[in-house]
Amino acid sequence: MSDFEPKIVAFVCNWCTYAGADLTGTSRIKYAPNVKIIRFPCTGRIDFMLLMKAFQNGADGIIVSGCHPNDCHYSTGNFHARRRWMTFRELMDYMGVDTERITFSWVSAAEGARWAEIVNTTTEKVRKLGPYTNYQNLVKLGIEEEL
Amino acid sequence: MESIRKKAKELLEGNVVQVIIGYENGTSNKVRAAFIKDASQVDRLIYDERCVQNLAVYLTKHEVKHSGKMGIVATIPVMRTINMLIAEEQIKPENIVVLGIGEDGKLLEFADLHVMEDYLKKAKIELSAKDKEAIEKIKKMSVQERFEYWSKALETCFKCYACRQACPLCYCTRCAVECNTPQWIPVPASANGNYEWHMLRAMHLSGRCVSCGECGRACPLDIPVHLLTMHMAEESKKMFGVDAGFAMKMDSVLSTYKPDDKEQFIQ
Repeated sequence: MSDFEPKIVAFVCNWCTYAGADLTGTSRIKYAPNVKIIRFPCTGRIDFMLLMKAFQNGADGIIVSGCHPNDCHYSTGNFHARRRWMTFRELMDYMGVDTERITFSWVSAAEGARWAEIVNTTTEKVRKLGPYTNYQNLVKLGIEEEL
Repeated sequence: MESIRKKAKELLEGNVVQVIIGYENGTSNKVRAAFIKDASQVDRLIYDERCVQNLAVYLTKHEVKHSGKMGIVATIPVMRTINMLIAEEQIKPENIVVLGIGEDGKLLEFADLHVMEDYLKKAKIELSAKDKEAIEKIKKMSVQERFEYWSKALETCFKCYACRQACPLCYCTRCAVECNTPQWIPVPASANGNYEWHMLRAMHLSGRCVSCGECGRACPLDIPVHLLTMHMAEESKKMFGVDAGFAMKMDSVLSTYKPDDKEQFIQ
């Protein structure tokens, strides 16, 4: 498994983490190229099922990130998101989805270095865990493949 | 049983309600829901240990709702459902008369729904030992074992959506599984699609489920789907202190928040 490169999907909010990731780039900080960033208007917009869709489509790890509490551009979006993640994480764990593969974080627009660190640590963690074959096999089991 | 019939007759004759929702004998030793609109028919009503269906599911149905004021034979989970439906503004409290059935199986007469609230607050309500044990067993497994348990359990699901239809709180007329732009949940009963469907259902009922267990009873393949929603109900209680169905006014878990919600996993 030495040549395994994990696929990481990051769901980030437009106002903080996306801008933070931008700062990482303009600061010329290098970080793992495994991450694919998907920009959302707000963390409150990130539907819980999108995480499962990412796994379904071959992601090995996921990062979900937005503004720190009290810093939401829309005032309350991240508070709602926090409750959703607390609930959904519990459900995923109960249903046997590996929550180790999902990093939830708050990254502000000023924390370019922190973003690089979160991507790097998540990538390393998932690299150690290996490909998420559990969920990928579940997808293959279905008739989606025949269709 | 006699007391239910007597009360139902009284309500219908006095024109207090236009329909009584209760149980009656069905075919082959089964009970079914009865909708009594005429006082002369009240003798059809029965109540015994076979009467476990959550009748509150009919309260939001167009045909029943529009027949006027409704009387309903309600066990404790049904009373909790009624509170929940009122909290979510699906039914009006002034349109409901509850023929409550207490823990001892005797008829309870509530002057109004506030009296019912008080009764529920005092009653000892917890999950059945069987369900509790099953949930504990799953919680003790490793993540891998839990994944195997649920993929195996959900394997036989052919997406009849009986769990959804039987659930009194799954009242949306347009469900996410029927939306196809984009196709959110795959239509065929595939391994991954089943997994997603049950996850979505459990998530939509988080903090709303009153643990009546109707979804599990409705499942033709005896998949323990009620263990998902019951677990989420327990967790909502633990995480947010929200216990659904005890008051006619309550904040829903996922549409409200507290600035000091505590979690340990967000970096």
